[in-house]
Amino acid sequence: MSQPLIILPIIFQMVVAIFLLFLGTKVEWQRYISMGGSIIALLIAIVLFREVWTTDILVTQAGNWKAPFGITFVADTFSALMVLLTAISALAVSIFSGAAISFQRMRFGYFPSFHFLIMGLNGAFLTGDLFNLYVWFEIIIISSFVLITLGGEKAQLEGAVKYVAMNLLASVIFLTAVGVLYGLAGTLNMADLNLKVAAIENRGLVNLVAMLFLVGFGIKSAIFPMYFWLPASYHTPPAAVSAIFGGLLTKVGVYALLRVFSLIFIPDTTMSYVILGIAALTIISGALGALVHKQVQKVFSYLIICHIGYMISGLGMFNYAAFTGVIFYLTHDIIVKTNLFMIGGIINKLKGSYEYARLGGMYAQYPRLSLLMAVALFSLVGIPPLSGFWPKVNLIQGGLANEDYISIAVIIFGSFITLFVIAKMWAEVFWKSSSEEDELAGKPIESWTQRQKWSLIFPVVFLAAISLYIGLAAEHVLQVAMKVASELVDTSHYVRMVLGDYLNSNIEP
Amino acid sequence: MEILLAVVIGALYAGGIYMMLRRSLVKLIIGLMLIGNGANLLIFLLGRISKGHPPIIGEAEKALTGLYADPIPQALILTAIVISFGLQSFAIVLIKKVYEVLQTDDMNSMTTTDRDI
Repeated sequence: MSQPLIILPIIFQMVVAIFLLFLGTKVEWQRYISMGGSIIALLIAIVLFREVWTTDILVTQAGNWKAPFGITFVADTFSALMVLLTAISALAVSIFSGAAISFQRMRFGYFPSFHFLIMGLNGAFLTGDLFNLYVWFEIIIISSFVLITLGGEKAQLEGAVKYVAMNLLASVIFLTAVGVLYGLAGTLNMADLNLKVAAIENRGLVNLVAMLFLVGFGIKSAIFPMYFWLPASYHTPPAAVSAIFGGLLTKVGVYALLRVFSLIFIPDTTMSYVILGIAALTIISGALGALVHKQVQKVFSYLIICHIGYMISGLGMFNYAAFTGVIFYLTHDIIVKTNLFMIGGIINKLKGSYEYARLGGMYAQYPRLSLLMAVALFSLVGIPPLSGFWPKVNLIQGGLANEDYISIAVIIFGSFITLFVIAKMWAEVFWKSSSEEDELAGKPIESWTQRQKWSLIFPVVFLAAISLYIGLAAEHVLQVAMKVASELVDTSHYVRMVLGDYLNSNIEP
Repeated sequence: MEILLAVVIGALYAGGIYMMLRRSLVKLIIGLMLIGNGANLLIFLLGRISKGHPPIIGEAEKALTGLYADPIPQALILTAIVISFGLQSFAIVLIKKVYEVLQTDDMNSMTTTDRDI
């Protein structure tokens, strides 16, 4: 029962990345190959998603070692959805990078690192083995280290120190958790762990391991007490790098949390309260951070933290409606956050700054471009019928089902702050008139070459169109989210598909 | 043997965290190395150590019988060592570059990216 289609998104990215390495300093070629590769990767992701959607969970065993003895790759609806969203964001950023990344950076291997990063992301989404997940995480962080330091500017290096230190620490904590879990259960296959962890008698130790996973993945997804590295580093690299980081890197932590806490550790009451408390504090601290900062990319960085809190609160509520909301929110957030950082990059290119104090007059000079950016900004806020609105409805339904009114209040509070922050940004960057000397710092759109215009603005149009689709055709996305939520709530089908015959033959803890 | 290893692992974690909390970049990297080695030893210990029982199937047998050393933790550690080797060499090059550019090793003076102008 081998399904080569599952590995294809990983292998394909690896082939593209290696091919790009061979091209060395031929920057012109690299750009087109990266773009073409990303288009093909998107087609592969669509085929994979269709296959999973129309048939069933796909499973492949590496080297034909039967689960749980070998490394398993699993594509359920959740994984396939994440691979699809990764491919969409990666295509947009790949096109955007063509004009937004300097030639120096491209010459030192921007594109190969970018594709290795996407390979790592796809691997993390598709694996069904906990140690293999660790390995994919390491691939993700090493390529992200290269991307964040590439160029070696002062601010970049300073941000990179914090980013590297926190990610290395998170990896060690993850590894510790994996080690203890192996000692407890004797297996690292996620489906097998689902059965074995439930049978362990020493619940105290199981809860300890669960908390280690929460901390390890929590650092990566920037939840409450462990998010300080994110606003210190995400605004330092070029906008294209921030876009892929902001869109996808924190979300892979959220994905891992959802996977581990739905499949391996089912949160008990205490753990649910811990997760809900962390989520509430994440929302509040992210929102407050976004309020006080006056720099476009930094405000977006704090908004990432704020909105990670929504997803974590859905995990804490742990019911069908809340999971539907989380998956919907994840879908919306990946697209819109990638778009926002690219928009920040365009504003910086036009005006020569990220600081509110030096920005202004966008709407007077570029009304059509501003309208396009408004679609993304107000999707983030979730003004109905745009895409951020629907998942919050589900999340609040999930809260109501648990009679958890505090979380609902915090979610609504976070939304209001987001609205306020975006309104402030709109007033400062788009409506306020700018001074003459500030105008000289930027490159007005008339001075852009045709290719720059195309490759900077098309990705934003592309992602804004997808945001609009998510908002206006919410029914389709909701169906997907509901299917994923039902898979997360009831994991028995996943376990049966992965373990197959092993499940019937011998069950002994 | 288990108790000795447990003490060593505890010391490595404690030392690693202590070093990471210092302000120097070099000590940060040393701390990360120590804590990484502690994690590797922890996997080794939790894989149940046994002496003199290699996991080899005898000629007359078809499967492993009796007590045997679990080879999986060792495979995991080997992978983790190789990965941490790569990451640590990157981190060392990074702190060298950071020192060249910022002319300081003190993490307290690396706060410009947190501040607005």
